[in-house]
Amino acid sequence: MSAVSFPKDFKYTKTHEWIKVTGKTARVGLTNYAQDQLGEVVFVEMPEVGRTVKAGDIFGVVESVKAVSDSYSPAGGKVTKVNDKLSDSPELINQDPHGEGWLFEMELGDQAEADLANLMDQPAYERFQAEAGEH
Amino acid sequence: MAEPRKTPLYAMHIKYGGKVIDFGGWALPVQYGAGIIQEHRTTREKAGLFDVSHMGEFRVTGQDPLGFIQRFTVNDIAKGAIGRCIYSPMCYPTGGVVDDLIVYRLGEKEYLIVVNAANIDKDWAWMSEVLKGFPGTNMVNESATTAELALQGPKAVAILQSLTKTDLLDIKYYHCLDNVTVAGRKTLVSRTGYTGEDGFEVFSAPADAEAIWEAIMAAGKPHGLIPVGLGARDTLRFEACMPLYGQELDAERTPLEAGLGRFVSFDKGDFIGRAALLGQNEKGLERKLVGIEMVGRGIPRHNYRVLDAEGAEDIGYVSTGSYCPSLERNLGLAYVPAAVAEEGRKVCVSIRDKAVEAVIVKVPFYKRQRPTKA
Repeated sequence: MSAVSFPKDFKYTKTHEWIKVTGKTARVGLTNYAQDQLGEVVFVEMPEVGRTVKAGDIFGVVESVKAVSDSYSPAGGKVTKVNDKLSDSPELINQDPHGEGWLFEMELGDQAEADLANLMDQPAYERFQAEAGEH
Repeated sequence: MAEPRKTPLYAMHIKYGGKVIDFGGWALPVQYGAGIIQEHRTTREKAGLFDVSHMGEFRVTGQDPLGFIQRFTVNDIAKGAIGRCIYSPMCYPTGGVVDDLIVYRLGEKEYLIVVNAANIDKDWAWMSEVLKGFPGTNMVNESATTAELALQGPKAVAILQSLTKTDLLDIKYYHCLDNVTVAGRKTLVSRTGYTGEDGFEVFSAPADAEAIWEAIMAAGKPHGLIPVGLGARDTLRFEACMPLYGQELDAERTPLEAGLGRFVSFDKGDFIGRAALLGQNEKGLERKLVGIEMVGRGIPRHNYRVLDAEGAEDIGYVSTGSYCPSLERNLGLAYVPAAVAEEGRKVCVSIRDKAVEAVIVKVPFYKRQRPTKA
């Protein structure tokens, strides 16, 4: 696996999504581990802007040549923006999973604090994905 | 779960960075470092090397190998002179498919039958039953003692030619030659493959497989050869619309429904499944395999349902679907009622409970240019 490090200011899910919180808003994407497991992404189905999601809801689908994978929202809130570049260039998820390959942005809901408290921080996720990679 | 079996080329998969998975009981690479898309495109544009040692090989000799093989195949094997390879489905009396295979005629009364890995045991049992009617004819399962690799792509001839004194252009498409020395090892070479490209399949003793693989990799380096895994093997065969057992073919579908009528020879005399296939042929097909292309956003996948143009009625299913790396289109093969099986006809594919628009298109999706008649 390529040596992409997991940003320290992100939080991580057990289903390999990341979330970066800035005040009351957040940006969500797939981790480098997730994109590596999937292989080359060829299709992304995004949530509709305005949709309300709860933590753990399936918000979209990411497909590689061989796999179809649901993506789960790390936190509750309302989708405010999706990464339009991904419809023409889904490979951005492989090339820059923690940056240009982000999936959507949201306005965090009232439960956000509790949602975020359930997520892993960077050192915890680093261990988690290393163990997952051994199986 | 039992440990997956390793092919004689397992060490090569590790050495070349293969992502090894359990593929129907075999430890084989789904891809190497280049990834499925690059492996696919490189095979189309240059060349790819595949380990297909999991395939099954049965050798048939003795009194009446031709009569025996004619009985369980639907294609006419008698038209094959020594050195011919003939593709044929193998059917149940119902016309449903046991497996699809290639018959290699190696000698006057010597044949090698190459069958799908997942069906080795089933095929062996099926053919052994048929063999009871042919005393004096023998069949030996050589699957465990045969390694097979496939070199495919426009550079395949140049690469393999550099490793043998045999003039490979003498081996025409769907022909084979036994006792060819490749990289100093004894092999059987055939001009066959499962990618839609020109190329060869090379059979050898397991102990020689690694040396042959490494010699081909070295000879192929200046030509841009890379190793290719099962992922691209599937997308390559799919673009070329070559059927895969378990998807396009199974016990419920007949070769006629699968569009393989040209491989069914009603004139060759009786064979297992003939009456059923003849009946279906006379009555007309209820269902046919067609190509579909997505119009709406989405990728059709194996076993997704096909709906009518309004997205209301369930009319069939996708046997294989994928993003196609060379064509950059989202395509599928699907079984639909014969009445709707015409190009340009609109249908829908049910993707995550949504009816997504698609259209019936021509097959094969991909056909290679044949610049030289070789």
